[in-house]
Amino acid sequence: MIIVQQEVFDTGAEIQKISTSSHNIGAVVSFTGLVRDFNDGSDINSLTLEHYPGMTEKELEKIEAEARSRWDLNACLIIHRFGRMSLGEPIVLVVTASAHRQDAFEAAAFLMDWLKTKAPFWKLEETRDGDEGWVKERSTDLDAARRWET
Amino acid sequence: MKILYFAWLRTQIGTAEEIIQVPDHITTLYALIDWMKARGEPYQSALADMSAIRVAVDQEYASNDLSITGANEIAFFPPVTGG
Repeated sequence: MIIVQQEVFDTGAEIQKISTSSHNIGAVVSFTGLVRDFNDGSDINSLTLEHYPGMTEKELEKIEAEARSRWDLNACLIIHRFGRMSLGEPIVLVVTASAHRQDAFEAAAFLMDWLKTKAPFWKLEETRDGDEGWVKERSTDLDAARRWET
Repeated sequence: MKILYFAWLRTQIGTAEEIIQVPDHITTLYALIDWMKARGEPYQSALADMSAIRVAVDQEYASNDLSITGANEIAFFPPVTGG
């Protein structure tokens, strides 16, 4: 399932929901991305996520479908927020569930790596001094996504 | 044709969305970009380095030689930085 929303989500509640959804599940893996207070040496005060409504959902659905085709998953959840967020707030959540841990582990890593290079979101950082700047693409993210190419 | 801009392209072009009447002889993305740049600023500067820009045609990632005939919506944006 994919959800694109402005509101804060409850990581614990989402994991709980998936964990109790089926007795076939033996492993649940989650990743939460948070707004941190630094980037490239600057002190960050807040983050604003812009996205492309319509295409965002399509890309996330494709990424979820790809993960489900590669691994044996009982559940797969992606929540990604947009709008303005303060330090410490969650930005993105990925939860995967499978019978055995390897599927859930690998699928969660894959989902984040592909999401970071394909889903049309852009981060605008505001520093403590009030300066604004668009976050630049990272080569390490591209390398991470490339390792899943077949 | 509806043209969308996101992130720094939106601020540089000065709008998030505009309707452009594209001449019939412009049939590929490559030709559209050249035609837009030839219209002058702010397009000329904003679209100068296409290696720093991604394009989606009808909400699908597109390559420059893609046909835009019949397309409804074309979006220009920087490499994505979500997650």
